[in-house]
Amino acid sequence: MEKEGLYKLDSIIEKFRGKSGSLIPVLNEAQEEYGYLPLEVQDYIAQQLNIPLSKVYGVATFYAQYSMEPKGEYVIHVCDGTACHVRRSTIILDAIKEKLQLTDEKNTTDNKKFTLETVSCLGACGLAPVVTINGKVHGKMSPKAVKKIIDELDGGEIDA
Amino acid sequence: MLKTLTDLNQAVEKAGEMIKKEGLQILVCAGTGCVANGSLEVFADLQEKTRELKLPIKVKLMDEEEESHDNVTVKISGCHGFCEKGPLVKILPMGLLYTNVKQKDVDKIVEDTLKAGKLVKKLVFKSPDKELYPREEEIPFYVLQNRVTLENCGNIDPEDINDYFATGGYTALSKVLFEMSPAEVCKEVLDSGLRGRGGAGFPTGRKWEFTRRAEADQKYVIINGDEGDPGAFMDRSVMEGDPHRVIEGLIITGYATGATRGFIYVRAEYPLAVKRLKKAISDARESGLLGEDILGSGFDFDLEIKEGAGAFVCGEETALIASIEGNRGMPRPKPPFPANSGLWGKPTNINNVETIANIPRIIINGAEWFSSIGQPNSTGTKTFAITGDIQNTGLIEVPMGITLREVVFDIGGGIKDGNEFKAVQIGGPSGGCLTREHFDLPLDYDSLQEAGAMVGSGGMVVMDNETCMVEVAQFFLGFTQKESCGKCPPCRIGTRRMLDILTRITAGEGQEGDLEKLEALARQIKETSLCGLGKTAPNPVLTTLRYFRDEYEVHIRDKECPARQCKALLDSYIINEEKCIKCGLCQKECPVDAISGERGEGFEIDPDKCTLCGACKAVCPVNAIY
Ligand SMILES: Cc1cc2nc3c(=O)[nH]c(=O)nc-3n(C[C@H](O)[C@H](O)[C@H](O)COP(=O)(O)O)c2cc1C
Ligand code: FES
Repeated sequence: MEKEGLYKLDSIIEKFRGKSGSLIPVLNEAQEEYGYLPLEVQDYIAQQLNIPLSKVYGVATFYAQYSMEPKGEYVIHVCDGTACHVRRSTIILDAIKEKLQLTDEKNTTDNKKFTLETVSCLGACGLAPVVTINGKVHGKMSPKAVKKIIDELDGGEIDA
Repeated sequence: MLKTLTDLNQAVEKAGEMIKKEGLQILVCAGTGCVANGSLEVFADLQEKTRELKLPIKVKLMDEEEESHDNVTVKISGCHGFCEKGPLVKILPMGLLYTNVKQKDVDKIVEDTLKAGKLVKKLVFKSPDKELYPREEEIPFYVLQNRVTLENCGNIDPEDINDYFATGGYTALSKVLFEMSPAEVCKEVLDSGLRGRGGAGFPTGRKWEFTRRAEADQKYVIINGDEGDPGAFMDRSVMEGDPHRVIEGLIITGYATGATRGFIYVRAEYPLAVKRLKKAISDARESGLLGEDILGSGFDFDLEIKEGAGAFVCGEETALIASIEGNRGMPRPKPPFPANSGLWGKPTNINNVETIANIPRIIINGAEWFSSIGQPNSTGTKTFAITGDIQNTGLIEVPMGITLREVVFDIGGGIKDGNEFKAVQIGGPSGGCLTREHFDLPLDYDSLQEAGAMVGSGGMVVMDNETCMVEVAQFFLGFTQKESCGKCPPCRIGTRRMLDILTRITAGEGQEGDLEKLEALARQIKETSLCGLGKTAPNPVLTTLRYFRDEYEVHIRDKECPARQCKALLDSYIINEEKCIKCGLCQKECPVDAISGERGEGFEIDPDKCTLCGACKAVCPVNAIY
């Protein structure tokens, strides 16, 4: 990462400096800014907040929300909470894996367009099985419906 | 800015009159479920189209007297709970509920209902026997409910503090500030019998009293909005649909316990709840209901939101505190309890969202009113998120002690797809399953505990006869195993060992003695884990073993899955010829061309080609593939 890129962190860190419990809000905003938390970013945060890098790394790896890898342009979340699971969410997950040729280990497509993740409950269980793409909720999914959405995103203009 | 009690009373009165002036109110549900189905587009259209309406509007609905309104207001509301039928549009004061409303229906609502005073029949809820239920309160889904914490959800605009004032909002706060001592507030809550809704069911009044008595220069109160139980969304609906109730409850908690700072910890997956709460906090602060010297009472209190970052264990109170402090969210042994040493080592009271949402009503209506609802040892109401293989999925609030049968069949409308009831998982990954033999079991803290389940947060996932209970147990254990924070070995290693055995069984490699091993491990993990996560993780396995032992045994002994879910134990899917309507959808969907046959004649799956991908099962409109 370019050195200049890190300066975007200054304004984020400034907002929370001196407040107790500031590390998590800083990581949240940093992740929003960069899309993930590369080591350089973690190192810079550690220096600026005057805490050990080991602590920043410890926190960043503890919470599912943070990612150490860059993600695709569209992040697909397949809900595998209980309600979605009993409404057969695994079939949806398998369909997307097959369509985008992804596996448990490889979850971002080569063209960096899609990243596939599972989450536990999006709180929209009434619409199970649920998929969100960049935060937009798609309810009552079927393998066909989800493939269609992906096709549209793949071919369509990038607007999200 | 409300500086005194008189100011607040005037604001409440004025808001009440304003609501009357709003005339016909059209409330469009903006809960997550309805938004996903396009309710915001419906809202925009309704707003647009009613702007041009000529006044006054006469509405004569449901054989009632003609009502005249010289005004129409269109606003958003929180979740009504009937998510299955969304988007929902409610028209007040008649209490009319339109279901499954699409953008293209807006013209009809305006022309027929608003202008001509007629019902749009197509949008009225119909029971399976085709009876029409135009009024929300008469729909079977609502009849058995008793909405206390959800009373405003669906009926007010959560982003408008005046709407909350119009329901008498913040008068519970003024009552405690000016008429009650902190000790009296704790006593009132204790007398109400309210028990924590976050899982353990500890008496709330007693918890408050501990923190009130603790001596310190600074105390804190926290609302636990982590709602980690997958398959539950009660707390989310309250935070999104009635955020001021949560804030008012927390200020009262602060007053009762002597805390001047509060936190609401909301899980990362709930961005809309965060947005609504932030708006509500800023409105309350602007109105002088947060900050210094609230309403001139001399009491200072302020609060902020802390967003989680995706870890189930952070719902546990000591882990949650660690997370607010900016650390890895790991639990620590108790005692000391948070009431003595919590956030930054200071006395801290922590309660669940729903617990707190009960407080304003308890203060206004009194402890006796609250304890008259429900059961002697489980007073009040409980919200449940009913989901899974059930007709009416959604959010309900019922008196404690209602039976499982009433919830599943009378409110829930029975099982989907014409299938049969098999079990219901209650209390999420920490809870257990109930079966038909529990249909008449009253749902309250003690009865559920006896049955091996728990009220928990209130997630209730209904499962039909196509559900494999071994796979369900494996699913839950997979969840807790993944979420185990790793601090204590029984939970970290023990759940992994149990999961290995379950995975083996569902893969057709189960061995004699596996069930006994599972039981022994379960006992050890329950007894020796550090926190509630480990202590309860074996529950789903233990209850499924208790009620469905033969299903486990068939997997191990005969290498068969009676529910036909465990893929390793199947050769291929099969088409049930009796059910099949010969539509051919499965054939079109099959990615490996394993289905042969002709439309109108019938189809067959070739077991050699079938990869068990499940695509055909998912498209079959009559559920004929198994
Ligand atoms: C693993 C684990 C997860 C929990 N998750 C939640 C949760 O999501 N929401 C909640 O209110 N309580 C949760 N609890 C219970 C809390 O520790 C705590 O008992 C509760 O917030 C107290 O509030 P109450 O007395 O109002 O129920 C959890 C407990 C454990 C052990
Ligand atoms: S379980 Fe999928 S949204 Fe709740």
